Amino acid sequence: MKTAFTAWDKVQISRNVQRPRTLDYVRILCDDFFEFHGDRRYADDAAIVAGVGRIMGRSVMIIGHQKGRDTRENMKRNFGMPKPDGYRKALRLFHHAEKFALPVICLIDTPGADPSMESESRGQGNAIAENILVMAQLRTPLVSFVIGEGGSGGALAIGVTDRIYMLEHSIYSVAAPEASAAILWRDSSKAADAAKTMRITAQDLHEMGIVDAIVPEPDGGAHLDPENTVRKVGDLLMNSLEALSTIPTQTLLAQRYQKYRVIGAFNTLTTNQHGNGEPLVFP
Amino acid sequence: MQVSSFYSAHKNTTIITMEYMWYNCKDYLDDVRQGTMKELFRRAPKAFTPGEQTPDQQTPDNMWVKCPTCGELTYVKQLRDNLKVCRCGHHMRLSAVEWTGLFDSDTFVEHDGNITPLDPLNFVSPKDNYAQKLRESQLNTGLYDAMIGGEASLMGQPLQVTITEFEFIGGSMGSVFGEKIARAAERAYELHVPLLTINASGGARMHEGVISLMQLPKVNLALARLGSIGMPHIAVMTDPCYGGVLASYASVADIIIAEPGARIGFAGRRVIEQTIRQKLPANFQSAEFLLEHGMIDMIVPRNEMRLTLARLLRLYTTRDTSTAPIAADV
Repeated sequence: MKTAFTAWDKVQISRNVQRPRTLDYVRILCDDFFEFHGDRRYADDAAIVAGVGRIMGRSVMIIGHQKGRDTRENMKRNFGMPKPDGYRKALRLFHHAEKFALPVICLIDTPGADPSMESESRGQGNAIAENILVMAQLRTPLVSFVIGEGGSGGALAIGVTDRIYMLEHSIYSVAAPEASAAILWRDSSKAADAAKTMRITAQDLHEMGIVDAIVPEPDGGAHLDPENTVRKVGDLLMNSLEALSTIPTQTLLAQRYQKYRVIGAFNTLTTNQHGNGEPLVFP
Repeated sequence: MQVSSFYSAHKNTTIITMEYMWYNCKDYLDDVRQGTMKELFRRAPKAFTPGEQTPDQQTPDNMWVKCPTCGELTYVKQLRDNLKVCRCGHHMRLSAVEWTGLFDSDTFVEHDGNITPLDPLNFVSPKDNYAQKLRESQLNTGLYDAMIGGEASLMGQPLQVTITEFEFIGGSMGSVFGEKIARAAERAYELHVPLLTINASGGARMHEGVISLMQLPKVNLALARLGSIGMPHIAVMTDPCYGGVLASYASVADIIIAEPGARIGFAGRRVIEQTIRQKLPANFQSAEFLLEHGMIDMIVPRNEMRLTLARLLRLYTTRDTSTAPIAADV
């Protein structure tokens, strides 16, 4: 019998410092890997690691958020919050993957995109939007795993994929629980309430039909047995790539379109809305 | 006015003299600011007239509107004649219905006006109740959600349009919002016409959780398809444009136009100030700031918006190969 966790417990587990991160996945799953650096425009953002590697005989492009395990590493990696440079590095490597027909594996683990003056000045919104647009039409299979925190647009910027999987205790939200509480109630200390209300757990997203499958974690969380958890992800990944590689590109793109096209909760009435204001008067 | 004698009497400091001169020419200046002099020369019709405005709750007698920038009170009819732009240049926010005045008379036809929001998360908290919030906003705005979509023509050129309503939960992007843009983009794709989005939004709608977030890819997928047939998406960013709207379709539009002074950004000012623990410069995240940093194509004042859009559309729509000048082009 597994321990039952609340949404807020899962937030804590997803942020556990010993939880396997992107480079742990690379270390355990890849028998060869080269990290590629830089966006060729401005900088190399250590909050996103990316490169080409080989998993079970298959060459793949791996792009993931990377958090640190101590203060120094966290400073270097900006707590896993990418700047536009990080997203533009990912963008460059999306195109690279397309060019060389490599499937793309995205590992999502970020509190969100970096909110700083520097990032704003260099177009944080544009960097994320561009990635979403390019992933939408990338002519190669894309698979993503939410391995920790899926924080808003910062996660989505490497998260528009043909298959989305989440680890059992990972979360995916429109804004981090603290930010949600601050936006909704102007009180970030209500983060636990926000976590519950906003339905951010893997189970919630699976129920809503957004996530394709959930990867089980050992009782208590992935940090208690990283090796085993990562292997399970690897197995699902291989099955997934196997299945996607048989789909013709045109079909793949059409299915990707449809996958996101159907997400939304709305009603259709027979009556139209009537916005306030009078009919227009022209000179 | 006898400029030369006036000038010689005050020639000690040229700048002050000039200012006196301007002061005495205030009536003339007013004419210039209101564009009446310009029209005398150009004889161009007014750019567009917004529709009848709903009563403003903030002014007691609904007759005078106070500018939040300069504090000047303007008679409501005069303000409307001036497209709700204050004399100081401050662009006040227009409602979605008011924006429909941008198009050729009686050409705007709304589509998908029957799509209504749901409460997928059953969002109830001690301080906030989504279902109730929706009802209140619907009563206040007359809209089911924060967006209207439809078709229109602009100086004779057909296009698909979406317009946000900021008064509806901050113009936030939820399921209905995403669905309406996706449908407008799909209609534009099928009809081979451009898409125009007029935007004012605080970002993704929190109350629909990650479903709101997933509207970002949904919209961008539809836009990518539109782009594949060579039809442009033109985004007009009005005050304010933040978060999800910027991180999806608005900042990757083929042409990005902002209104003067519009605040545009990914993260909100408050969030950034809390993160870096210092005050941000006043112009940070303004349209002018974004232009300077290469993030938008141009800043266009409201009274030039209609002509600008019409000229742009003419450049991009291949169907119209005639060289006939558009109506107001001089």
